[in-house]
Amino acid sequence: MIGSRDGWIVFSGVTTSLLLASLIGFVLDRRLRSSPSRAVIANLNARIGAWWVMVLVLACALMAGRRPVILLFAFISFAALREFITLTTTRRADHVALAAGFLIVLPGQYILVWTQWYGVFTIFIPVYVFLMLPAFQIVHADTRDFLARNATMQWGLMISVYCISHVPALLMLSIPGHDPALLIVFSILVVQASDVFQYVFGKLFGRHPIAPAVSPSKTVEGLAGGLVCATALGAGLWWITPFNIWQAAAMSLLIAAMGFLGGLVMSAIKRDRGVKDWGRLVEGHGGILDRLDSVCFAAPIFFHLTRYFFST
Amino acid sequence: MRTANGVSRLITFGIRALTGAQARWVGCGPSPAQRIYFANHTSHCDFLLVLASLPLDLREATRPVAAADYWNQCALRRYLANKVFHAVAVDRSGMHREVNPLEPVMAALDQGNSLLFFPEGTRGTGEGLQPFKPGIFHIAAARPQIDLVPVWVDNAYRVMPKGSLLPVPLLCSVAFGKPVRLCEHESKEEFLQRLSGCLACLAGSESS
Repeated sequence: MIGSRDGWIVFSGVTTSLLLASLIGFVLDRRLRSSPSRAVIANLNARIGAWWVMVLVLACALMAGRRPVILLFAFISFAALREFITLTTTRRADHVALAAGFLIVLPGQYILVWTQWYGVFTIFIPVYVFLMLPAFQIVHADTRDFLARNATMQWGLMISVYCISHVPALLMLSIPGHDPALLIVFSILVVQASDVFQYVFGKLFGRHPIAPAVSPSKTVEGLAGGLVCATALGAGLWWITPFNIWQAAAMSLLIAAMGFLGGLVMSAIKRDRGVKDWGRLVEGHGGILDRLDSVCFAAPIFFHLTRYFFST
Repeated sequence: MRTANGVSRLITFGIRALTGAQARWVGCGPSPAQRIYFANHTSHCDFLLVLASLPLDLREATRPVAAADYWNQCALRRYLANKVFHAVAVDRSGMHREVNPLEPVMAALDQGNSLLFFPEGTRGTGEGLQPFKPGIFHIAAARPQIDLVPVWVDNAYRVMPKGSLLPVPLLCSVAFGKPVRLCEHESKEEFLQRLSGCLACLAGSESS
């Protein structure tokens, strides 16, 4: 569905940037083979490799149509929920509720995206699952840490299923003369680019940590550079969106800031659980939640603002 | 025969897709040498996870040691144990034994198979190891030249605890530790204690 001219232009832009990144990575690897920063370069190259895979998978799904995109994000939610629940403490009594989370809640949410049932899509997990999940758990009459166990599971479902499902849900929006698939491209590109810019600016100029107790690698310089560049990038992409150039800039600034908060909150959870990464699925990045923590926070906000102000 | 082989591959593939089944060779590498793997036991997934972590050629040469009373109960279990995973059935009743219950285990070893052994004897609750049954000591004493490889299966209890047949997909890992053998003059209690310590140590290194 994204075989349009605009789609191809963005795709070539992204692949050109990745080619450039790969080239830089290759040169750095050659030059600094015996320097102490070797590990950083190796990790950088692993990250670039993973970016290639992620970009190509998403591009293929977007070109194949609406349903492949929904299936792709259903799988991403599955992997994310699995990482999240693996890191939390659950008890024997939660087993049925956990199985229900994977077998009923996750497919249910994506069926709602598939059938474009907007009204239920927005309240299924925050209302119905929120009320039914503790009922499943209470069957076993194990009250130890009940609230904590229940809240953890609800949080995992909200982040990994509800929030992530707002990316393919963008395809529900009908905006005259506009392909909603480009909204997915725009939001993911801006949020992920913000992450990359924050990483690069942080590594180059980072001096003042923002929240050393939560995430030592996040710095004021990184954040400022990331937000400015992501906003500029988003503004420069206004022509693939239904926004004008100022609206595109404002929207980009907002989702990049939400993405930053997402990264911070998810870092706090990792720190609480005593781990550095959510998993090992994405080479060089850690788990899938390490890569998507910012998207989780940005997607629902982007979806609702776009729907409220721009869709018919 | 071929269907059973297909079923075996399908199940091991399924458990990998479900749990990620990360194999970590900490204390030794995969080797075709005859070995006795001994692992902690909390779930039916345990033996599947260990088998799925082994390279295909090693997997086919490795037979899980299973309780005859449990795995002979119905046709499906018998099919899975005997035809699909070529389990070595051990009688753990201990009541009216006329033959040595470890007889089939020795026979399997003499045929050159590697074995997967759960010395706790039954599935635990996922909180700490249960005391080891003496069987593994008698095997080690009878075949002292075979390496015993400690295997720690992490998280399987949460995937499918005892009493549940509904697996929940969670990430699991399988760590293979440094091989051990029975020392000269080592008593049964000392040996079992040492094996248990090996597993606990592996579990500790796994979680850090």
